[in-house]
Amino acid sequence: MEEKDLNAQLKNIVEPYAQNKEALLKFNDSSHFIQDLEVNSANLVDIILDVEDEFDIEVDNDSMEGMLTVEDAKKIIRQKLQEK
Amino acid sequence: MLLKFNEILDKLPYSHPFLFVDELSRIDENSVEGTYTFSEDEFFYKGHFKNQPVTPGVILTECMAQIGVVCLGIFLLKEEKEEPQKIALSSTEVDFYLPVLPGEKVTVISEKMYFRFKKLKCEVRMYNAEAKLICKGKIAGICA
Repeated sequence: MEEKDLNAQLKNIVEPYAQNKEALLKFNDSSHFIQDLEVNSANLVDIILDVEDEFDIEVDNDSMEGMLTVEDAKKIIRQKLQEK
Repeated sequence: MLLKFNEILDKLPYSHPFLFVDELSRIDENSVEGTYTFSEDEFFYKGHFKNQPVTPGVILTECMAQIGVVCLGIFLLKEEKEEPQKIALSSTEVDFYLPVLPGEKVTVISEKMYFRFKKLKCEVRMYNAEAKLICKGKIAGICA
């Protein structure tokens, strides 16, 4: 999958949950879901459920706990896609 | 079964005047049903509204959350052999159809949408004694 496409897909998923719209404009690998994008922990669960639907993967508890930044999320998505 | 209900009620982190669950009549991993009767002397009737007591929507929402999300959440955590720690309401989206007056008994029915990563989201409905819909919505909570 193209890096650019993955970024765009992820940004689309995150958009409705991100409170900080300025951080959303600067959406990049180091964007932290909670600290930068100001997603609350309950909506982080929704982001993961949306990621599961979008990419047809299943995210386990351990992966979820490591999903702090956009880069973490992309790593998990790539890894789960490879395991399919 | 009765013991199971009482075990859940005992674990509820609320007490008077903010406990809005009397009893549970059904619970399984996907749904729960329970009731509460709003007594004439609930604390909020004095001010909501002046000389015209009506149960506030926020209290109806709380009642739906306590029966529909917290009781079900305690049951689901028990299935996973975990004890509830700190719980928090994370979202509500509720539509209201009928008022609830002092003394009315309500029945809450909740169906699980998902329980993932310690977040429980449910579709919850509340009915009055005539089985008419009072309110319904989606309520979610999360536990630490």
